[in-house]
Amino acid sequence: MPKIFGARRGLPHEVGLGLLTLALLALVTIAFPRFLVIDNLKSLVDDTALLIMLAVGEMFVLLTRGVDLSVAANAALTGMVVALFNAHYPGAGILPVIVIAIVMGAALGLFNGFLVWKVRIPSIVVTLGTLSVYRGCVYLVSGGAWVNSGQMSPFFLSFVRFPILGISVLSWIGLLVAVLAFLFLRFTIAGRNLYAAGNNPNAAGYAGIDVGRMQCLAFVLSGAIAGLAGYLWVARFAVAYTDVASGFELQVIAACVIGGVSITGGVGGVVGVVIGGLFLGIIKNALPVVGISPFFQMAVSGFVITVAVILNAGSYRKNHGRKILERAEASS
Amino acid sequence: MSEPILSLAGVTKSFAGVRALVKGEIDLYPGEVTALIGENGAGKSTLVKILTGVHHADGGDIRFNGEPVHIGSADNAGRLGISAIHQEAVVFDDLSVAENIFVTDRPRKRGMVDWATMRERARVILAELDPRIDPRMPMRQLSVAQKHLVQIARALSNEARIVIMDEPTAALSHREVEELFTIVRRLKAEGRAILFISHKFEEIFDVADRFAVFRDGAAVGQGLIRDVSRDQLIAMMVGRSVDQVFPKTVVPIGEELFHVAGLSRGEEFADVSFGLKRGEILGVYGLVGAGRSEVMQAIFGLTRPDHGEINLEGRSLKIRAPEDAIGAGIAYVPEDRQIQGGILRFPIASNIALPSLSHLSHRGFMRRADERALAEDYVTQLQIKTSGVGQRLEELSGGNQQKVVIAKWLATNPRVLIMDEPTKGIDVGAKTAVYRLMGEIVARGLGIIMISSELPEVMGLADRILVMRRGRLRATFTRAEATPESIVKAATDA
Ligand SMILES: Nc1ncnc2c1ncn2[C@@H]1O[C@H](COP(=O)(O)OP(=O)(O)OP(=O)(O)O)[C@@H](O)[C@H]1O
Ligand SMILES: [Mg+2]
Repeated sequence: MPKIFGARRGLPHEVGLGLLTLALLALVTIAFPRFLVIDNLKSLVDDTALLIMLAVGEMFVLLTRGVDLSVAANAALTGMVVALFNAHYPGAGILPVIVIAIVMGAALGLFNGFLVWKVRIPSIVVTLGTLSVYRGCVYLVSGGAWVNSGQMSPFFLSFVRFPILGISVLSWIGLLVAVLAFLFLRFTIAGRNLYAAGNNPNAAGYAGIDVGRMQCLAFVLSGAIAGLAGYLWVARFAVAYTDVASGFELQVIAACVIGGVSITGGVGGVVGVVIGGLFLGIIKNALPVVGISPFFQMAVSGFVITVAVILNAGSYRKNHGRKILERAEASS
Repeated sequence: MSEPILSLAGVTKSFAGVRALVKGEIDLYPGEVTALIGENGAGKSTLVKILTGVHHADGGDIRFNGEPVHIGSADNAGRLGISAIHQEAVVFDDLSVAENIFVTDRPRKRGMVDWATMRERARVILAELDPRIDPRMPMRQLSVAQKHLVQIARALSNEARIVIMDEPTAALSHREVEELFTIVRRLKAEGRAILFISHKFEEIFDVADRFAVFRDGAAVGQGLIRDVSRDQLIAMMVGRSVDQVFPKTVVPIGEELFHVAGLSRGEEFADVSFGLKRGEILGVYGLVGAGRSEVMQAIFGLTRPDHGEINLEGRSLKIRAPEDAIGAGIAYVPEDRQIQGGILRFPIASNIALPSLSHLSHRGFMRRADERALAEDYVTQLQIKTSGVGQRLEELSGGNQQKVVIAKWLATNPRVLIMDEPTKGIDVGAKTAVYRLMGEIVARGLGIIMISSELPEVMGLADRILVMRRGRLRATFTRAEATPESIVKAATDA
């Protein structure tokens, strides 16, 4: 039987984005060899690990046709709560801290998910609300005060910095989250149903997939990751206050979109998001090194993000047509 | 006589006051094919959706092997061994073909999705249906018919005891239908019960053992196929007799109206040239996937051809987008009317008026009354079953949605009308109405290009028949020359 389809499938989108990211890194390094200094790279990897984690969580929600604007607020609230917990129980050890961060983050995510699933409010409306609510709660629980490094126990601070094979635990956790997310999406029924629910909710209903439940699940996952990131963030910067990660959700969504996650649901993957996060991280870290004024930095990074998104969208819209003609005839 | 595996009595269902099912009754027997027939909007698909747990019945009695059961959810339907091919394409465009087939029951190994097994099993099932479909391809790359085949594969993938097919042949051509029937006969031999919905009587008499007829949501007859005639079935369906099925209006053929020369695009089609005269209906026949729709999409500006000339009334046309084609007087009734044809959330009147807005508006303002009048006119002519032209398109039955999309393009008064499978999913009575309208259009000196996979339709209506195979024109027949054998041979011979 002649094979008509599938003979030449386009390169996956991740390859193009990966090459673009490498080119960006090369460009910056050639212009400013200082960029590749070990210390600078380490902070780049640590910053980016946080961005990537949050973006992976956000991706779950985007896959189900939703959006989670509350991730950064969730991280700030959970970060504050674990910092206060640590200040009150300095001898509790690291495990309770991590458990509290994940459970509390998941609970905040569940609240979003419940409103989307059972009360049927669009996710953008729900999370626009909880974004402010969660931030307000940070102020409530802390009374507006900062928790400084002096109030944090040594294990609380050093855990994230502890190097394994030269890389901090923080970065390893980021990697672990990405790998688990990849395995979850690729090999579990729930993970696959997440794609199906976002790709065609109507067809998913016919297939017995509860779309609302999948959306709720996505919010819980996003929230759990945000909670964990909240602890890591507070420990890394050794301070917890109301405005931690303020506005960071926009970068998180940008990383997803650059990474090829479709805002309309059902399309995207962990590999793309990781590269998208790296791409964004490199730009963020390169601009100060290059010595551009902070105001101009925002414009430049905004411009680069827009270009990356446009390039990305273009690769979806391309319509190659189907292969119908016999091979020999097509060339004639 | 064996007992029915599934038996429904007095099943009712209403949607916001619209009574879709009044008295749903049907018995399905293991090892037998039961054909469910009825006009568009008779309640067939509603029954299917109740059996598959998509909708809940308002009342009535459903028995499985004599025991009363409550279906209620897709999971329950799956547990009872009920599997269905739905009328509308319910597929996941960005998932692979293999995953689309196994979406309800992905093969697992130690709790994890087993991709290798999934692909392999998909390959085995697809080998019978269409070996050109690669299980790894994203669904998006398939044609409408191939998507249908994948849904058929989905229904075959699990050990379903009851297989429901809601118009599975609507998008398929002769040969694929034969292949489907081979599979249906095998399922029968394996002792499965099959519910087969179709508007095509040849198929019903070919494959079914029993029939059930619905009219206006109520069962009006059940029995053995060998005890009835086609005319009796039609009489039960519509409550009256339906005359001649292909009312070919004899129209004088005028000078050339439209001409396409050397049209090629990528690996889709090459070197397509043909002309269309005033008053002519040009039939385009071919197997599914022969490239017929692709050619028409290029003419209409949905895609860009690489080479080729398009002439209308002697003027060369530059078509970059559908607006240009519509402006020049070309209309295209697409095959996939759900996705390409209509706006499901809009009322019927807006859907019909959409491409004719410029005629209906005055200084940029819509004239609502004209919009309604236009829509009501077509609702009557095409016998569209609706509670009113303000009803949303998504609330109509599959066949009635098709009619709305046809009406929408007829209303533009095109000079060249391209119809892709014009009577797909339309019941007998309305088919005749569509044919009659096509006759009226060509009588006004316009031309129609009709893609059809139904041989009787092509032979009954077309003045000239083009046959495409693998992206090229292979033969042209005049009405007098054409025989079923010669046409099928040109479409299939390698
Ligand atoms: N979601 C809905 N909301 C309102 N009315 C509906 C809905 N679904 C179906 N109906 C109505 O129920 C009736 C039966 O529709 P159904 O789809 O069962 O018809 P059908 O016999 O399958 O017709 P066809 O041959 O056109 O597919 C129609 O009048 C239709 O308008
Ligand atoms: Mg139907």
